[in-house]
Amino acid sequence: MPKKTYRQAINEALRQEMERDPRVILMGEDVAGGMGSPGEDDAWGGPLGVTKGLMPRFGRERVLDTPISESAFIGAAVGAAATGLRPVAELMFVDFFGVCFDQIFNQAAKFRYMFGGKAVTPVVIRTMYGAGFRAASQHSQCLYPIFTHIPGLKVALPSNAYEAKGLLIQAIRDDDPVIFFEHKAMYDEEADVPDDPYTIPFGEANVTREGEDVTVIAMGRMVNFANQVADKLAKEKIGVTVVDIRTTSPLDTETILETASETGRVVVVDEAHPRCSMASDIAALVAQERFADLKAPVKMVTAPHAPVPFSPALEDLYIPSPAKIEAAVREVLAFKG
Amino acid sequence: MAEITPVVMPKWGLAMQEGLLAAWHVAPGERIEKGRELCDIETSKIANVFESPASGLLRRILVEPGTTVPVGKLLAVLAEPEVPDSAIDAYVAEFEARFASEAAAAAASAPQPRFVEAGGRKIRILEMGEGGVPLLFVHGFGGDLENWMFNQAELASARRTIALDLPGHGGSSKDPGDGTVPALAEAVAATMHALAIDRAHLVGHSLGGAIALHLALERPQRVASLTLLAPAGLGPEIAMDYIEGFLAQSRARKLRPVLETLVHDPALVTAEMVENVLRAKRMDGAQAALEAIARACFGGGRQRWQARDRLAGLGPPVQVIWGEQDRIVPVAHALGLPAAIPVHRLAGAGHLVHMEKAAEVNALIERFLARAAAVG
Amino acid sequence: MQLSRDELLHAYRQMRTIRAFEDRVHEEFSAGNIPGFVHLYAGEEASAVGFCMHLGDRDHIASTHRGHGHCIAKGCDVRAMMAEIFGKKEGLCGGKGGSMHIADLEKGMMGANGIVGGGPPLVCGAALTAKTLGTGGVAIAFVGDGGSNQGTTLESYNLAKIWNLPAIFVIEDNGYAESTASSWAVAGSQVGRAAGFGMPAHEVDGHDFFAVHAVAREVIERARQGGGPSLVHVRFTRYYGHFEGDAMTYRGKDEVPRIAAERDCLKLFRQRVIEAALLEPAELDRIDREVAQLIDRATVEAKAAPMPSEADLLTDVYVSYH
Repeated sequence: MPKKTYRQAINEALRQEMERDPRVILMGEDVAGGMGSPGEDDAWGGPLGVTKGLMPRFGRERVLDTPISESAFIGAAVGAAATGLRPVAELMFVDFFGVCFDQIFNQAAKFRYMFGGKAVTPVVIRTMYGAGFRAASQHSQCLYPIFTHIPGLKVALPSNAYEAKGLLIQAIRDDDPVIFFEHKAMYDEEADVPDDPYTIPFGEANVTREGEDVTVIAMGRMVNFANQVADKLAKEKIGVTVVDIRTTSPLDTETILETASETGRVVVVDEAHPRCSMASDIAALVAQERFADLKAPVKMVTAPHAPVPFSPALEDLYIPSPAKIEAAVREVLAFKG
Repeated sequence: MAEITPVVMPKWGLAMQEGLLAAWHVAPGERIEKGRELCDIETSKIANVFESPASGLLRRILVEPGTTVPVGKLLAVLAEPEVPDSAIDAYVAEFEARFASEAAAAAASAPQPRFVEAGGRKIRILEMGEGGVPLLFVHGFGGDLENWMFNQAELASARRTIALDLPGHGGSSKDPGDGTVPALAEAVAATMHALAIDRAHLVGHSLGGAIALHLALERPQRVASLTLLAPAGLGPEIAMDYIEGFLAQSRARKLRPVLETLVHDPALVTAEMVENVLRAKRMDGAQAALEAIARACFGGGRQRWQARDRLAGLGPPVQVIWGEQDRIVPVAHALGLPAAIPVHRLAGAGHLVHMEKAAEVNALIERFLARAAAVG
Repeated sequence: MQLSRDELLHAYRQMRTIRAFEDRVHEEFSAGNIPGFVHLYAGEEASAVGFCMHLGDRDHIASTHRGHGHCIAKGCDVRAMMAEIFGKKEGLCGGKGGSMHIADLEKGMMGANGIVGGGPPLVCGAALTAKTLGTGGVAIAFVGDGGSNQGTTLESYNLAKIWNLPAIFVIEDNGYAESTASSWAVAGSQVGRAAGFGMPAHEVDGHDFFAVHAVAREVIERARQGGGPSLVHVRFTRYYGHFEGDAMTYRGKDEVPRIAAERDCLKLFRQRVIEAALLEPAELDRIDREVAQLIDRATVEAKAAPMPSEADLLTDVYVSYH
């Protein structure tokens, strides 16, 4: 099985879907790069090179560089989706959603409902998220809870390269608007990724580790941290189940509740801020539905309620780490009602 | 110098790089027969008993339980009592010195699957070994060429072997034609043609058994012998719970109990084995192809293609091997076959008899091929 | 270019239908029969009809809060529209959209929009679809003078121009964004803004159907031929408030009655075609009667139609729920 990076997996998914379906187009700031410039064409292929090579392959008609004008081009992607294309728009950093959110949550998300089921808006918005890049407060956030809050949107957070390809192809083929979150610190991480296209269904969590003592529910990059903790604790004969929820909307409540009940001790790991987060949402879900099965209070491991700091010394403290997850697991294990 | 026989970490399947030695079944100073349970090995994909590759006295264990070591690493040595400890020390030292450099070379030269164009399809095959009448492995419904991970390397020591992915499976094209046994047999024949193989020994498991049987019936001149492992085609019954569960379940936790019905010992089914099945099912076209095959072969809850009454007149020699605890295709289908067909029922094995009782199955195939060669 | 008899009859029927529809909604809303917010298009009919007469189903429009007129002009079913405004299950959107989100994508109507300035980016997308798939279609964003000040609108001018999209921005300037005069709120001019983006722009009297129709033909033709986007600044007035219930205390004394008497688009149309002997008064009167009957029937049916049920609450949030 060929090893591919998260970046390559995403690029391959885009290429294969563009080959399969001529209605799939890309747009975004510098997705090719160099538009109108005297230097190289396809100069960037996205700010971190994720879409590199797609413009030479498919042409400027299908890989559209945009001005820095998110309201217009995200809205254009939505309008194009509602009228017959299947656009994949890149919102470079999710932190920029503030300038275009109306087109996402008031337009794309609501068309189908408001129009009585007659609209189909198959738009994908790819966006970078997450801390660890020393990119500071306005380029490092994990805003997926905000999108998850909106009915009509689907939200995917691939936790590795294999997941990224399968979830992105699913997103492109999905007839609903999908916000696809790519963790910028994971682009160089490798995994086994099949060459041929495949899809991973939405709303089906992946149990990446199975253990009998504690259930850790995680998403995105945090899944890898949780796996590391599970592998470490397995050597101490502490069994940790890790659940990668894959999509925050739709949410696989069935797997979350089953695995929570099995161990009765739950830690939720979420790189976002704690208030109104996936962590608080899942903790509430477990507490409401499986109170009787719990042997300890649900523990949340999240970033603090503070903006992402710039200084490496501070950012390292800010991000939920394997050590913090391990401490939380030990804490719920030690809890004696 | 007296014989010293090394026992090394085996390579089970394409992806295996290392294995965890879980437990020894034999202690130093005890004798072991070839094919008997020597130790338990777990890989990321599968947990299985490792059967001794040779008979002898276990003189030394070099890897403690709970240790993960690379493929090819020396696990133990067998040698008769007259071999002095000093000779064993020297042997181990030399082996381990050689191991580092050879391991890299071995990894580089490990056989890799490739694709052939056959009958308008891309078919993935894995070849091992050279010479003689080739041996062709045909897996069952939902399987792939890696199902032969405990068999192919072993049987390749004396001949060319080819394992293939049926259409709709593994890395092959996802077009199963009409999905029937004859259509799949046609695809296998096309693959033989593409590989310029005029005649082959066929080893078919489950649905692959029916496919191999169809080839033997329709193209007897191209089939040197037929080993049918828990084959379809010999009766109407088939565990539809399994077929339907296999098709329906997309979550690992739901698929695992389905896959556990394939084996006698559920520990064989690891999380990674389940994940690999899921990954295969997720490939574009795979689900539709599997559904088409299931409809064509098992529509209405019974096997649609049966050839039990044609076995008597079959040209090539046939043997049948079945796990006593098969929960997918009943071992009762092995009853009442023509007397000329040897039937081996292996206790302690389910439907995946060639994985659960690999050493016995491999030995049965070797013996059968030797006899076929003597006769043919 | 001269309009045919059929086209003239069609134009009049469409404008009359919009007027009658809006007058009736006004009446029903005042009587407490219609829930929520409604924003009426009466007085502005020549714009919707003047543009949409050049369009077919391959063409798209996006509308504003004040969307009923665009909806009718684009060919949406009037009876289903009325049912929608009454919140009924048989409504154009199953009662889930209402006045502010009334839409029919099959007719190329991308919706009235509850967000001021929501439509122009969507129209860039529809125009991009037409361009990418080579349908020959165009897309029109109807934007109020209020919406003309939104960043989305100005960004869309830029995007439409640099991508050379078959998009048209129609600034429907009825003089007031809610209660605030456009003469105060809009810096520069609409035509000047378009010029800043290198877009051809026209200003037109929105009470004059024939003037609107002629300008619309020119800009739509240009877009269809690959000539890129244009802007049209349509000036007219609205007869009712920003929303129903607006006492319009911000308007000048006698402003509405005076304009309605002197510059009403239907009166001007009628006067012109009769003077030019293009149509007979009796033909127009007959259309008036037929439209009145249609609206009356639509209203009676809408009132009688069933409400959606609890079973409808959670349908159509998604195409697929997994």
